[in-house]
Amino acid sequence: MPVFEINGKSYEVDEDGFLQEPERWNHEVATDFAGTEAITNLTEEHWKVIDYIRNYYLEFGMAPMIRKLCKETGHKLSEIYNLFPSGPAKGACKLAGLPKPAGCV
Amino acid sequence: MPDDNPKTELLDELENGPWPSFVKEVKLAAQTSASAQDLLRQLELSYQEKKGHWKHGGLVGVLGYGGGVIGRYSDAGEQFPNVAHFHTIRVNQPAGWFYTSDALRTICDIWERHGSGLTNMHGSTGDLILLGTRTAELEPTFQELAQAGFDLGGSGSSFRTPSCCVGMARCEWACYDAMKLCYDLTMAYQDEMHRPPFPYKFKLKCAACPNDCVAAIARADLSIIGTWKDEIQVDESAVKTYVSSGLNIQKDVCDLCPTKCMAWDGHKLSIENHECVRCMHCINVMPQALRPGKERGAVIMIGGKAPIMQGALLSSVLIPFVAADELLDTVKELLRRIWDFWDEYGNNRERIGELIQRVGLPAFLDGIGLEPVPEMISAPRDNPYIFYQARKDGEK
Repeated sequence: MPVFEINGKSYEVDEDGFLQEPERWNHEVATDFAGTEAITNLTEEHWKVIDYIRNYYLEFGMAPMIRKLCKETGHKLSEIYNLFPSGPAKGACKLAGLPKPAGCV
Repeated sequence: MPDDNPKTELLDELENGPWPSFVKEVKLAAQTSASAQDLLRQLELSYQEKKGHWKHGGLVGVLGYGGGVIGRYSDAGEQFPNVAHFHTIRVNQPAGWFYTSDALRTICDIWERHGSGLTNMHGSTGDLILLGTRTAELEPTFQELAQAGFDLGGSGSSFRTPSCCVGMARCEWACYDAMKLCYDLTMAYQDEMHRPPFPYKFKLKCAACPNDCVAAIARADLSIIGTWKDEIQVDESAVKTYVSSGLNIQKDVCDLCPTKCMAWDGHKLSIENHECVRCMHCINVMPQALRPGKERGAVIMIGGKAPIMQGALLSSVLIPFVAADELLDTVKELLRRIWDFWDEYGNNRERIGELIQRVGLPAFLDGIGLEPVPEMISAPRDNPYIFYQARKDGEK
């Protein structure tokens, strides 16, 4: 299992860098991971997206659909990409401490 | 280079026979590429163990895009380190797959520097596929491709890279300019291609005539297939030339017509055009004598898909005929309505064809504001599944 190290802390991650210990997640963990997704500073707008995804995941056990994410956070999809340059699935879900979303090729 | 020539007794069997072999091609690449060598070794192992060694899933990409790269990891990465990461990059192909040799050399040079050198041109997605690289190489590859004028294609729950046949560039039967339509739609929906917004994938393919050389009907969610509204054009003297050169019109043309709409009395070919279902057989057999009609355009069909998740579906007619010069505007308006409906009612990972099956065609047509027409069903008056409503008392 790969390990991601930052600021003297180490996290177990999968090969794409997703956190493998969901119970360790908190805002500090999200901040630690931000740099891996080309984000220098987490703003209030970032937290709105991250917290929404996190809470949805805790309630339903999966990531929300894109349309729902946009509707509930009030962001257009392009704005989500401005906040998370690697996209909602890879960037935002990773910072929210979700396991890697299952996708299709 | 690590030790060359991997031992591949089982894979070697795949080189036997008259047909092309991917093994032969990968071996050729393995002369200069360490990852192609490990690819052969891992595949040989898979044949020995009867077990695949690619892990499921993988989420990698380039900044600003939510698609275009498919993550691939080996579960035998320690044994085969050069394919531990083996990501695929999709590159948007030019309409009709026309490249200059310069463009191809540029892409291959970029790919030999950043990846395995292996390509797939072209598979069923239509994209130019670059096979096998490491995560760290994705961004540099993307930058170099962009510098050379290439962009990534679609993947995941996006508007997939539209593709088309060679159309008017080479084909006399083209009923509309499929390459132009494909290009215009690609440019119009860059956002939907690169930043997946949908419940699942959405594919669109443009075939310029009913021969459907891109197989749109079987695998595109929206198929735009060229057709004509009037009568097949017949050149009588060319028909006679076919006869004198030995063509048996009765046996090879009329008897094979699916609706038997053609008759041959030994002198004259007559066609009941209203019975023609545009199968193209007669035109394919006698291209000098028969041509598609003059009033040309396309039929728009919906719902085709391959058997992933649920079973395979063939497309159904949505709009029987759109004139060639109205296609772009019509397709754009149609896509807006279809995507709105799908966004609202589609389940996660439900293709549009599956949604239509779930809610029923009448509800779908109502949702997108289209009137039902007889062409939407395969045999009018013979198909009980739509639009019958019992009369209420007192109604005439």
